[in-house]
Amino acid sequence: MINIKEIEKVKIKALEKKYPFSIAFFENNNLNIDGYDEYTFEEYLNHFTEEEIEEWAIDIEKIKIDFIAYMNEMLTFLGIEEEDGVNSLTIIAGNNKYGEKEEFESLTIHKGEIVSIVGPTGSGKSRLLADIEWTANGDTPTERSILINEKEPDKKWRFSSSNKLVAQLSQNMNFVMDLTVKEFIELHAKSRLIQNEEEVIQKIIDAANHLAGEQFNLDTPITSLSGGQSRALMIADTAILSTSPIVLIDEIENAGIDRKRALNLLVSEEKIVLMATHDPTLALMADKRIVIKNGGIHKVLKTQEEEKEVLVELERMDKIISGLRANLRKGERLKK
Amino acid sequence: MNLITISGPPSSGKTSIILKTIHALHERDLKVGVVKFDCLYTDDDIYYKKAGVPVKKGLSGSLCPDHYFVSNIEEVVQWGRDEKLDVLITESAGLCNRCSPYIKDIQAICVIDNLSGINTPKKIGPMLKSADIVVITKGDIVSQAEREVFASKVHSVNPKAITMHVNGLTGQGAYELSTLLYDEKEDVETVKGKQLRFSMPSALCSYCLGETRIGEDYQMGNVRKMKLGDEND
Repeated sequence: MINIKEIEKVKIKALEKKYPFSIAFFENNNLNIDGYDEYTFEEYLNHFTEEEIEEWAIDIEKIKIDFIAYMNEMLTFLGIEEEDGVNSLTIIAGNNKYGEKEEFESLTIHKGEIVSIVGPTGSGKSRLLADIEWTANGDTPTERSILINEKEPDKKWRFSSSNKLVAQLSQNMNFVMDLTVKEFIELHAKSRLIQNEEEVIQKIIDAANHLAGEQFNLDTPITSLSGGQSRALMIADTAILSTSPIVLIDEIENAGIDRKRALNLLVSEEKIVLMATHDPTLALMADKRIVIKNGGIHKVLKTQEEEKEVLVELERMDKIISGLRANLRKGERLKK
Repeated sequence: MNLITISGPPSSGKTSIILKTIHALHERDLKVGVVKFDCLYTDDDIYYKKAGVPVKKGLSGSLCPDHYFVSNIEEVVQWGRDEKLDVLITESAGLCNRCSPYIKDIQAICVIDNLSGINTPKKIGPMLKSADIVVITKGDIVSQAEREVFASKVHSVNPKAITMHVNGLTGQGAYELSTLLYDEKEDVETVKGKQLRFSMPSALCSYCLGETRIGEDYQMGNVRKMKLGDEND
C-alpha cells in the first residue's frame, strides 16, 4: 500500500517511470502533465490557479484521494494475477419463485468445465446469472448461495470494477466504437495493464480467425466485421484478455463461427463456462445441464452416453448443412 | 427517511433503473417516493404512478436545472417526510455534464450508459467524479470488451465509487443495487445547512437577464471571450 505522504513528494517524471499506469489517471481526468515532469505531485496539484480550479471543476482533495485509491487498486490488481485463481464455482440451492426449495442440493463446476442452462424464456436464467455475478449469499430473492473454491467468496468480487468474477458474452455483438481490430484490442489490453501487448494482439486475431468462416486482419475496422467475425473476435478476446474466470454465454448463434472450437478455446484458457442455450448441439457439448423452471433449478442432468451418441449424429448433420452452405456461397448446384 | 440523489445524462436509463430498483425495495415492504427534476418536459411521472410510486415533478424551464434543484430540495425532503417515505429518490439530468446535485453525506448515484462513447467519462465532471455509486447501463448492447474498457475509464476518474452494471430492461443487477440504497439506521430530517459536494457553474451575464440581441454592445456582466487568434491553434 502506498499513501499520499509518500506520493506527494515524488516527481511526476518518477511517478511515470515507476508506475506507468499512473499516466492513464492523469489522462482520463483531463489533467495535462506535459511540461510538469520536474514538479512533485503536490507541486503539480498546487500550480492550478483559483480560476482554473473553478473553470475545470477541479477538486484537489478529491484528486489526491482518488489517485491513491486508483494506484493501490491497480497495484493489487497487478499482484492478483499471481494469486491462485478460481478453481471451482458451487451453487447451493435456494428457492424457486413460489418459495419451494430447488430440486438439487448443490452443484460444483470446475475450471475447464462447460455447463449449459436450458429452460423457457423468462424462466429465471437471468436471475441465476445475476446470483453468480453477485456471489449471492442467501441475500438475493432466490436465497441461493455461491461458493468460490468451496469457500465463502471474498467480497471483492462484488464491488471491484477491475476484478470482476464474470464476463458475459451476450447475443448482441455490436460495436459502438469506430476503431480498427488492432486499435480495439490494444485499448482493451491497455485497460487490463497487459505487458506484452503485441504478442497478445497477435494471439487474439489468430484465435479469432481460427473460429471465423471468413478471415479478417488487424487493419479491418471493427464496424465492418460480419456477425460471425465479430462473434469470433469477441470470444477470442474474452478467452485471452478478460481476467474474469467465469464466462456466461447467452446462446452462441450458429452463424459464421465454429462453435465447438469457440467453446474449446474458452475452456482451454481454463475458464468456467456457463451457457444458456436452446440448441441441442450446444446443450450436449456441455458436461452437465441445468434445467430451469418457475425461477428455480428444476434438475441438474449429467450428459449421458446415449446423448453423446445423439451429439455425434447432430454433428454429422451440422457438417452436411455447413457443406451445403459453403457450396451455396460458391454458386454451385446443391446435390442430394 | 433515506434520501438518494440520482443523476446522469438524458436517456442514460435513470428512470428504468430506478423503477426496477424500487420493485426490489417494494418486495422488502419499503415505501419509496420519487421527485423528478427536468428541464422542459418529462412524462416519467406517469411511469412512476403506474408502478404505484408517489411522485412529484419539477420543470426548471428557463432556469439552470441544478440551481432549481438546490432551491427546492429542502421542500422536497419535507414532502417525503409528510408522505412517510422510507426512501426518497430524486432524479435529475445533469444537463451540462458539469452540474451535480449531490449533497455531502447524502448518497449520490450517477447513471451513465455504454453507448455514450468511450471518452464520455472524461467529459463528465463532478456529476460522475463525486458520485458514491456509478451505475453503467446498456451493457447488453455492446461487447464484453467494450464493457470492460468503459468500466475501466469510469474507474480511473472515480476510483472510490462502487461501479456496477445494471440492465434497465431485464433488471439484472437492480436487486443488487437496491441492497445498497436503504440503511435502517439512517434518517434524514432536513437538508437545511448541508452543503453541496461541488459548486455549480456561474453565469450572471446580460443573457441571464433576458437579453437576446447579439454583439459586444449588449454584453454585460460575467462575459468571457474565446481566443481565436494564433495562440489557440
